[in-house]
Amino acid sequence: MNRFAELLDRLSYEPARNNKLRLIADYLRKTEDPERGWALAALTGALTFKHAKGGMIRALIAERTDPALFALSYDYVGDLSETVALMWPADPNHRANKTPSLTDVVETLSTLGKAQLPAQIARWLDALDETGRWALLKLVTGGLRIGVSARLAKTAAASLSGKEPDELEIIWPGLAPPYLDLFAWLEGRGDKPNNLDAAPFRPAMLAHALEETDLAALNPEDFTAEWKWDGIRIQAVSGRDENGEPVMRLYSRTGEDISKSFPDLLASLRLPAAIDGELLILREGRVQSFNVLQQRLNRKAVTPKLLNEFPAHLRAYDLLAEGGEDLRELSFAERRARLDKFITQLDDPRIDLSPQVTFETWDQLIAARANPAEGGAGLDAEAVEGVMLKRRDSVYVPGRPKGPWWKWKRDPMIIDAVLMYAQRGHGKRSSYYSDYTFGVWNGDNELVPVGKAYFGFTDEELKEIDCFVRRNTVNKFGPVREVTHDAATGLVMEVAFEGLQRSTRHKSGVAMRFPRISRLRWDKPPRDADRLETLEKMLVKIEVGRAA
Amino acid sequence: MSPEDILVPTPSGVCCKAGGFHIDPTRPVAKALITHGHSDHARAGHGAVLATQETLDIMRLRYGENFATSTQAVAYGETIKLDGVNVSLHPAGHVLGSAQIRVERGGLRIVVSGDYKDVPDPTCAPFELVPCDVFITEATFGLPVFRHHNADGEIAKLLHSVELFPERAHLVGAYSLGKAQRIIALLRKAGYDKTIYLHGAMQKITAYYQERGIDLGHVELVSGAKKSELAGTITICPPSAMTDLWSRRFPDPVAAFASGWMRVRARARQRGVALPLVISDHADWDGLTKTISATGCSEIWVTHGQEDALVHWAHLQGLKARPLDIVGYGDEEEGEPAEAGA
Repeated sequence: MNRFAELLDRLSYEPARNNKLRLIADYLRKTEDPERGWALAALTGALTFKHAKGGMIRALIAERTDPALFALSYDYVGDLSETVALMWPADPNHRANKTPSLTDVVETLSTLGKAQLPAQIARWLDALDETGRWALLKLVTGGLRIGVSARLAKTAAASLSGKEPDELEIIWPGLAPPYLDLFAWLEGRGDKPNNLDAAPFRPAMLAHALEETDLAALNPEDFTAEWKWDGIRIQAVSGRDENGEPVMRLYSRTGEDISKSFPDLLASLRLPAAIDGELLILREGRVQSFNVLQQRLNRKAVTPKLLNEFPAHLRAYDLLAEGGEDLRELSFAERRARLDKFITQLDDPRIDLSPQVTFETWDQLIAARANPAEGGAGLDAEAVEGVMLKRRDSVYVPGRPKGPWWKWKRDPMIIDAVLMYAQRGHGKRSSYYSDYTFGVWNGDNELVPVGKAYFGFTDEELKEIDCFVRRNTVNKFGPVREVTHDAATGLVMEVAFEGLQRSTRHKSGVAMRFPRISRLRWDKPPRDADRLETLEKMLVKIEVGRAA
Repeated sequence: MSPEDILVPTPSGVCCKAGGFHIDPTRPVAKALITHGHSDHARAGHGAVLATQETLDIMRLRYGENFATSTQAVAYGETIKLDGVNVSLHPAGHVLGSAQIRVERGGLRIVVSGDYKDVPDPTCAPFELVPCDVFITEATFGLPVFRHHNADGEIAKLLHSVELFPERAHLVGAYSLGKAQRIIALLRKAGYDKTIYLHGAMQKITAYYQERGIDLGHVELVSGAKKSELAGTITICPPSAMTDLWSRRFPDPVAAFASGWMRVRARARQRGVALPLVISDHADWDGLTKTISATGCSEIWVTHGQEDALVHWAHLQGLKARPLDIVGYGDEEEGEPAEAGA
């Protein structure tokens, strides 16, 4: 448990993905079976046992500590598990003779009755140190929340033998903790485990971004186009297990199983196949904005009310398998024809075909992208994020190969805003002011913050902004600096963003989607920056478009 | 006689009227007894200053030759008489030269402990337990969540990180008097024998420690080193330098910070620390409570820090306890001025 705790501790502070990968890989390399397998299960969210509740942890600490000292400590630390982990006084009468391993903890928890849980947790707390107790409490209360995705943990495991993460992803659904066969294969001691899963994930194919100027080098005849919907890219897979029972699953594009969140869609996957498509919310046949979809995401409980208000829908782009047949080696044109037939045959109101955009010349496609409503998307035009170009002859390969697929997003919305506050970044950026809060003028000629951005600029521009911040600081609040921002002096930034919605959380009443700094306007005095009315107008336009 | 007949707490430090001196005063006085060289306890501009030789030397290094009108070095264990008051200095285990000050008159014993820690430190004399009637204690880490046992384990964590990221530089934020040298000594103890680099602010005090015979191995100013040479190395710097322009000379630096505050995760995160090292020169909660009990005192006065919890604890033990609310302590040693009032 101690080494696992150290790993979690270090990961929780490490901002950079590559460093996290190395920390996990180092742990997996140096830790024995089955301990490391349980750790991998914990990091990928594959552990299942009854979780302890906050109230139980509170009761445990109340038995051992003075209430006033606990209250002062909790007030200072601000987190229950952490407070308990730090102030837990070991029972002097029951000196533990051994610290529990992660394996001990996982195996015990899987068989332990609810009534014995508090006493068992107290014994473990007695035997562990501060970091160990912190990790234990995170584990038993569920949700590690240390900024590591299942994909990242799998990538680290694959790196043990220089394998591509997708290779591991393909067999992953057939594996079970503590993954002895997986590690044996990764270390060259065993064969590659078979994925016997009836509804496996197939690593997704992704597209490169395209600029209008790239079109000249491409031949329109080689390509088909379809709308890029502003939802969540998913893979919907259906198969039959060894008993002939149907198995249905939904995966995110990184292979995380998200079936539990969308039971309403799951039931529609009646025919065995693997569909690549976009998860959307449809109401009365109309695609809802991403903001609406977001309200369905990250909910703990999927209530009937939620299902009713936010009905899930799958808009199909591609067919990767049908029955037992793998279609990925076929050309996109052939797969699309199969998909067309399959969707007709499935005949389910929750699953439909993503329409193709017809064009013969690039100019026609440019026109359709500029105006999706006229170009065929009709009333759903607001949910169109751009167009996808796919070579007719493209086979389906994992990853992001350059050439076969292109995504060509709609032009972002743009405003000129004034830099108000800057905050230092993390990791490599920890000496740079790299997180910016910017504002626009309101009716009283005051700047109101409308958003925050921390990318979009070049390294060179980052240095320039950092220099500006250091020279023009008027106030410091911890890691945050307020910079000069009056009508005459200040830094105007062109901010690009993908969407806009009303928000009660922001003083300005609006919130941007995906804002980034697209240009620095050193030439522009702050007084010429945009006004809140401009955003209001954009918002009204969106709302009118949606209501039409 | 009551303790207040010997020592009177004032907002600028404790004062002994009978003996005509102050201890660690935060404003200039005629005669000052100084517990240790940190700038919140040792200030320039007093008349006579009495302290250990090391503390006097450190003050001279920091403030120049004329930091006081006159000085008198007092050895650990030596008793001096100041107008009928017996005064002696005893190791506090905090930093080189740090002392507790025992004040005795008419059989009543008060110990002003200054800042102290009760765990081993290769760079200074170990804390000496001085029995007393009134113990005046700090409470920088006076909450039961602060426990900083096993500095060696934290050093192992640092060395593991250096091994894992050989292409990156490790910056260890540490206070320039005491902590910096302790980190270096602990690294040496753990078998790390490569050059350890120093920020310029660390140089004078570190050289002084070496002069006093503390073995710190090969240390070097970092300003002369090229960026590429710094891959895989350890540099000790003031905490504020880690996020300063200065840190850009290092290849993809890993920000480590050695402090008792690192025990609380939000604290480490606020400072952008990637590798928190829980190493403190102050007694932790267990150290404070154990020490107080062991002195056999019946009363404690708490100078600064998290006094509420410690006063509450003392009451539970049946001790008399009062906070002194001295303004200005706690400003240097953890580099967080906001903490002084908290």
